[in-house]
Amino acid sequence: MSEAPVGLNSTVSATHRDAAPPRPLWQVIFVRPETLTFVLLVLAIFAGGQLSPYFLDIRYILDSFTLTAELSLLALILTLVIIAGEIDLSPASAMALSACLFAYAMSFDWPMWICVSIGIGSGLIMGAINSALIIGLQLPSIIVTIGTLTLYRGLAQVIAGDKSIRVPEWYIGIDKVQVLGLPAPDLIFILAAIALAFLLGMTVWGRQIYQTGTNETAAIYAGIRTRRIKAVLFLATGVTASIAGMIFISRLGSVRYDLGLGGELQMVLMAMLGGTYIFGGRGTILGTFLAALLLSVISTGMTTANLLPATQLCVLGVLLVLSIIATNFIYSRTQR
Amino acid sequence: MGQLGSQQTLIEARGISKSFAGVEVLRDVDLHLYRGEIHALLGENGAGKSTFAKILAGVHRPTRGSIALNGDVVEIQNPLAAQRLGITLIHQEPLSFPDLSVAENLVLGRLAGSPWSKVPWKEIEEEAAQLMTLLGVDIDVKRPMRGLSIADQQMVEIARALASDSRLIIMDEPTAPLTPKEVETLFSIARRLRDEGRTIIFISHRLEEVRALCDRVTIFRDGNKVATDTISNLTDADIIRLMIGRSLREYLKKQDAQIGDVALEVKGLTKAGYFKDISFAIRRGEIVGLGGLVGAGRTDVARALFGIAPADKGEILIKGTAVAISDPAVAIDHRVAFVPEDRAIAGIFRTLSVEQNITAAVPEKISNAGIINFSTEHEIATDSIQKLSIRLASMRQPIGELSGGNQQKSILARWLLTDPEILILDEPTRGIDIGVKAEFYDMIGELAASGRAILLISSELPELLALCDRVLVMSEGRITADIPRAEATQESIMHAAVPRSAEVRAS
Amino acid sequence: MIGSLLRRREAGILLMIVLFCVFVGILRPRFLTLDQFRIILLLIPLIMIGAMGQMLVIIARHVDLSIGSIQGLAAMLTALMFKFHPEIPWGFGFVVAIGVGLGLGVINGVLVTAFNLPAIIVTLGTLSLYRGLTFIVSNAKQIDRQFVPAALKAMSQDSPTYAVPWIIVIALAVAMATYWFANRTLVGRQIYAMGSNPIAAPLRGIRVNAVTILVFAISGALAGLSGIMYASRWGFVNPSNTGTGFEFQVIAAVVIGGVSINGGVGSVPGVVLGVFLMGCVSAALPLLGIPGTSQAAIYGAVIVIALLIDRSVRMRANAALSSARGRE
Repeated sequence: MSEAPVGLNSTVSATHRDAAPPRPLWQVIFVRPETLTFVLLVLAIFAGGQLSPYFLDIRYILDSFTLTAELSLLALILTLVIIAGEIDLSPASAMALSACLFAYAMSFDWPMWICVSIGIGSGLIMGAINSALIIGLQLPSIIVTIGTLTLYRGLAQVIAGDKSIRVPEWYIGIDKVQVLGLPAPDLIFILAAIALAFLLGMTVWGRQIYQTGTNETAAIYAGIRTRRIKAVLFLATGVTASIAGMIFISRLGSVRYDLGLGGELQMVLMAMLGGTYIFGGRGTILGTFLAALLLSVISTGMTTANLLPATQLCVLGVLLVLSIIATNFIYSRTQR
Repeated sequence: MGQLGSQQTLIEARGISKSFAGVEVLRDVDLHLYRGEIHALLGENGAGKSTFAKILAGVHRPTRGSIALNGDVVEIQNPLAAQRLGITLIHQEPLSFPDLSVAENLVLGRLAGSPWSKVPWKEIEEEAAQLMTLLGVDIDVKRPMRGLSIADQQMVEIARALASDSRLIIMDEPTAPLTPKEVETLFSIARRLRDEGRTIIFISHRLEEVRALCDRVTIFRDGNKVATDTISNLTDADIIRLMIGRSLREYLKKQDAQIGDVALEVKGLTKAGYFKDISFAIRRGEIVGLGGLVGAGRTDVARALFGIAPADKGEILIKGTAVAISDPAVAIDHRVAFVPEDRAIAGIFRTLSVEQNITAAVPEKISNAGIINFSTEHEIATDSIQKLSIRLASMRQPIGELSGGNQQKSILARWLLTDPEILILDEPTRGIDIGVKAEFYDMIGELAASGRAILLISSELPELLALCDRVLVMSEGRITADIPRAEATQESIMHAAVPRSAEVRAS
Repeated sequence: MIGSLLRRREAGILLMIVLFCVFVGILRPRFLTLDQFRIILLLIPLIMIGAMGQMLVIIARHVDLSIGSIQGLAAMLTALMFKFHPEIPWGFGFVVAIGVGLGLGVINGVLVTAFNLPAIIVTLGTLSLYRGLTFIVSNAKQIDRQFVPAALKAMSQDSPTYAVPWIIVIALAVAMATYWFANRTLVGRQIYAMGSNPIAAPLRGIRVNAVTILVFAISGALAGLSGIMYASRWGFVNPSNTGTGFEFQVIAAVVIGGVSINGGVGSVPGVVLGVFLMGCVSAALPLLGIPGTSQAAIYGAVIVIALLIDRSVRMRANAALSSARGRE
């Protein structure tokens, strides 16, 4: 794309008084948080390769990715929510509740379509509750979703108690299914990432998500129906949570109320690590995609290195804080 | 007039200049302020008087120049530093802590002692009550700030200045939202403070108030100080001439437009607490001005017309058909456009590209089945940029990097793309360079000539006089005058804009 | 008028408590006995102490999600000290627990202020970090009853004479100290001011960063105190259970107690009543035959309900305001 000043054929050209000089193209392309994510990913794979030669095998990386595919899927949609200027901490809980309902329905041997409707329907309802509170009643999404995070997880516990609900044998093993040479959960994640990247980057709707997150008042004044956009995003998050739950169950074979407990941390971490700006308006699906891969490599690497799960918990926490500091730093440098 | 025999200088400002985003809004201003005087700063909006006052109060730092207080050069880093030096700025709508009590608002920032020391509630409340009695206002100092009228909030600010024993008190258009009785109270307090040897800077548009209150006056125009003199040496005509410089009418020519059918009609529009019983009509090709003081409800009417905060009662007719405008998207469908007053808050997407900013309101023009056609978008934006001669370095640069005038042009470009029949402009030339202003005036004229109906909200009287076919004036939420071009003068507009105390207040 | 609306909030919670007790009392008369009251009292001290810190954080327009993990880590470090150095006087455990909590809270506060980050993300991160550290220092093993000093456990023993156990006294003392701090000290009022108008606060000389760090430090220190009280109350410290979900109980109690999520508003009496209401609900569940697994759902529901109440209070205050404007 030409970076020459427009309006050349009129005699006026921009002076410093009219506009700051543009940043060089290389800076626009490379000085961004996603670059950092990519570099870290390469480093992590390289470091993993030192631990075990398997890391240099794409097959191994793809297989180990199935362990985090569900949360990664949720992180993609969460990225859109954060770009739109909101946050949703409840999807991991919503996933657990929806999965419990789905498994519970299956345990009665009900027809599959009823079970799926119950699963998806519950996700939709949970998204609708978040929407109603945040968009309908204009309550802050941070506190609302802390509340519904507790509520949804609590309801899952009410339904499932402390027992695990098993699902029929035939339903188990989506991660062993290979489509186009990829484990099915990976494929779902990749397809979802492509679809959402297209939506965010190429469509009016995606454009309006950025505009809403950058300046909601200005977006409203420009005739953009910001409330509708956000409501749809929260609904979509609920539905995605229920789909992620179904994948999760198939992989594990059974479900307890604590499915994906603490998953909100990993989801937010993936979005932050991928360069999504916590205050909205910036971020890309590519970034979250890379960050999801990065996290998968890191946690597989730590497992390979025989680190305690607790160490991983520490690392995730530290990474979250570091990634948001780095992202904010990069954005503050590139905007004037 | 409280003149002291020997006039001691309190503040000496030398060569004060200030630029915002490369636009120079204040140029080499020298000014002496004496102890015990009330000094008016006059000038049109954007002339630089408020910027100058804010530099004294530490809100802005000057780009160049120095300030001496009692002969010593001081650095006024921030409002707190200003307050410690004895300089208080009273905002028109004061910054306060709505959840804290009035008494607490008075003392916050002034209480000495370690953070852990005990708050002397009793003394605080007694002192606050005393100050209120001194000011002759009846405010319960134990109630929270939230819900106080603006006049009462100002009184709290003045009390705060007194409590911290300020030597310079700056009042930035304090009287605009006040009733005449409140204004009288304010003035008598101001005189008393002057007689105690304090200095007051008084910023106002109302000449009669300046005459009634002030000792000396400094007039600003386009960022320059053009005169400082004792008020009695200047006639009103002198002051207006100095403020305006040249009559805008001389270089603004409203293009003759074919006045056509009624495009927009409003009947009995009412929104409780904001405006009442608003009725008017605008024809195609007509520019109707909407004048009045800040807070008269002009912007609220515009917001209601555009569906941002719809009215409770009343009808809006577009081309003779009643329409319900429930949100801006509906307004856009009816081909209404609105360039809002505050660009940074309601206009631009600061970090997004100029291109995206321009096409924000016309997604259907740049997309096919929801998918953006980037080359179409590029063409449309390039076209707009050329038509409005928006000066920029690259279409892909964030709009925040452009100057204010070019940002405002981009917002106008956004709305012209919607091909509006009714265009509402709210203070479209606020905060932009005089040169760009002239371009805007031409554009507004052209837009009317092309058959659009234009509602122009402006606080700059010369702008209204020069551009408008008719001027509606609002005061306290009602339309108080509908003045045809031939009869419109600064005086006739101001007369209708200033609240008429007795009869309105009595009801 | 608006002040009284907010004041009515405390009366409202009191009314909710009374109605709830009467309701449960009719269904299960046993609920209204002195025994039950003592059970309720024993349920609330930990939440009460956590809630005092969280109240200050929310008044300052932040939120602290890490208090459960701070409780866990502080309790674990204290318990490890008891286990490996039984010669150290048990009272010193309070110094350790509070000190650890204080340090962890300061870390939160510094991260929030130094990099201008949203507290929710920072404390989500430290929640995970502190919990992970708890596992690491304990080698993922529980510290059992025999290692917790008997004198410490005795502090929360319910004696047959209805003497009030020490942990309740401590909780009440903390509440009173917080009341004094929030209403009677300069810095306490600055917390309210900061939450009420964050833009105006620095203009009035409030050192926003310092006060913010202080608020997180207090929240952390109190969470640390609640950690040693956990060891006293339950007699053990478990790396995965101690403090898990504590933050939600506390946030629920604070918001139902009338602390506005928009900052600047909240009172100690309101929060104390909120905590007491949570205690009543917890005590009533087993009597009503509702399984303990429903607890979390109820906390979540309480948060959502509290948000709805908070909103309706604000709407009424605004309505009162605009009608006052309309009359002008």
